[in-house]
Amino acid sequence: MRGLTRMFKKEWPLHMMLLPGLILVLIFSYIPMVGIMMAFQKYIPNKGLFGSPFIGLKNFRLLMEYPDIGRIFFNTIFIAVMKIIAGLVVPISIAILLNELRREWVKRTFQTLVYLPHFLSWVLLSGILIDVLSPSSGILNQVLGLFGVKPIFFLGSNSWFPYVMVLSDVWKEFGFGTIVYLAALTNINPSLYEAAQIDGAGRIKQTFYITLPGMLPIIVLMLTLSIGNVLNAGFDQIFNLYSPPVYESADIIDTFVYRMGIQQAQFGFATAVGLLKSIVSFILITCSYVLAYRVANYRIF
Amino acid sequence: MPIIHILAISFSSGTAASAGKVLLWPVDFTTAAYDNVFGKPEYLRAFWVSVKRVAIGTTISMLITIVTAYPLSKDTSQFRLRTWYTWVFVFTILFSGGLIPMYLTVKSLGMLDTIWALVLPGAVPVFNVILLLNFYRNLPKELEESSRIDGAGHFTTLWKIYVPLSLPALATTGLFTIVGHWNSWFDGILYMNHPENYPLQTFLQTIIIKNDFRFIKAENVELMIKLSDRTSRAAQIFVAAFPILIVYPFLQRFFIKGIVMGSVKE
Repeated sequence: MRGLTRMFKKEWPLHMMLLPGLILVLIFSYIPMVGIMMAFQKYIPNKGLFGSPFIGLKNFRLLMEYPDIGRIFFNTIFIAVMKIIAGLVVPISIAILLNELRREWVKRTFQTLVYLPHFLSWVLLSGILIDVLSPSSGILNQVLGLFGVKPIFFLGSNSWFPYVMVLSDVWKEFGFGTIVYLAALTNINPSLYEAAQIDGAGRIKQTFYITLPGMLPIIVLMLTLSIGNVLNAGFDQIFNLYSPPVYESADIIDTFVYRMGIQQAQFGFATAVGLLKSIVSFILITCSYVLAYRVANYRIF
Repeated sequence: MPIIHILAISFSSGTAASAGKVLLWPVDFTTAAYDNVFGKPEYLRAFWVSVKRVAIGTTISMLITIVTAYPLSKDTSQFRLRTWYTWVFVFTILFSGGLIPMYLTVKSLGMLDTIWALVLPGAVPVFNVILLLNFYRNLPKELEESSRIDGAGHFTTLWKIYVPLSLPALATTGLFTIVGHWNSWFDGILYMNHPENYPLQTFLQTIIIKNDFRFIKAENVELMIKLSDRTSRAAQIFVAAFPILIVYPFLQRFFIKGIVMGSVKE
């Protein structure tokens, strides 16, 4: 017992330091978790969380019967998976190409330029995209017009919209990925390349037998970390670029929750959708984390 | 390239821009669009809300990151509940109540339409805490031991030894926090009922992207529509991006170091 109080005396400053963070996390992360109850209620705003009647799983049944739900899940996963693939292939290729460049300043300038959009918000980038892609005055359609292509309404066409999302996401983020992969490349032992050269391997063979295997751990790591994001297809981006005509190909879980929950005030229903998403994400993140730990020996703390 | 194109449009005359003559260089150079933007009290007010938000939000977040990472960087032998506490924080990344419970929590705290709704819900950046605690752990143990022998408590050790030594990590996380606050717009839409409380990005979202003038008083609508012609839109985008465009080239090396440090361990 005396050992315990002595221990506490020694440790109390540490507890005190954690206090502000704990209070904030309690209020803004754990209290909202209590609100998950709403998913099982017919939530009535003026009766509140503890006065509204419970209706069991009815919100979830409603969700399963919602006519567009299959499409919404498909869009979410389709856009997210394409983004993950493009987000691996493009930065890896560019990192390898840049690494072949011998001129240091070219490399650095290129990095600075491509990394920039990562720091701008989707609001600003969307403003730029809307202007550039506009069918009447956008520069892209003007350029295409020189080749005799009729104006395309990229943001208003269901067949184009998902691909525009993927391409513009690559535009924003590939600079960031390139830097991560370049950092991994600098860790490859240069004597491996010298040995390969003596054995007569050309540039291309060196890339396939030394560079790519050397990058493999970080590639696996980036991939597993992105698996947890499959249900986040990019709310900021889609919300700023979509419009009712393209809901069919653009609506993802998060945009659906926003429209149902905040705009139409169906709090119980929207919370049920959100809860389902949280649970699936939780499982995916846990699995990919275990995978990252096993394959790439990655630990977060 | 698209960014340069928009910059060119913002400096061009309205007629040249709408005739589609502008490529990567301004046509009929004029700063009229910028005079227009800076003459608008709505835009400047939103800019000011954003500046306040960055200042308050970053200060709070950084202080919390520093004091939270320190105890969590200790071994269980020094701090027995460490693992338990760490999970309390990490769990919040893995699972959340979702949009609507969050909104109702902020609402019931009476924070709607105040700057606190923009600052406090995200005030504990758990990722940054993890990054910093990994950094603390890589500092030599002897430093801490010698300061303890000299009679320093945990607080003194933290501020006199850990904080000065972790400046690169703090610069990285601090800058990411600043950029994050400057760029976020959705919480503004969610928690602000009056457009005069909108931070800049939210303001631009409603004006430029959604062309939504519902909130604006009738006598200002005409002015707002004027604000949203093409050159003016381009200028507004640029003024909002400007703070980042300026700091970015100087801070890039920090970012790179910080990312590498955070993403690849051992």
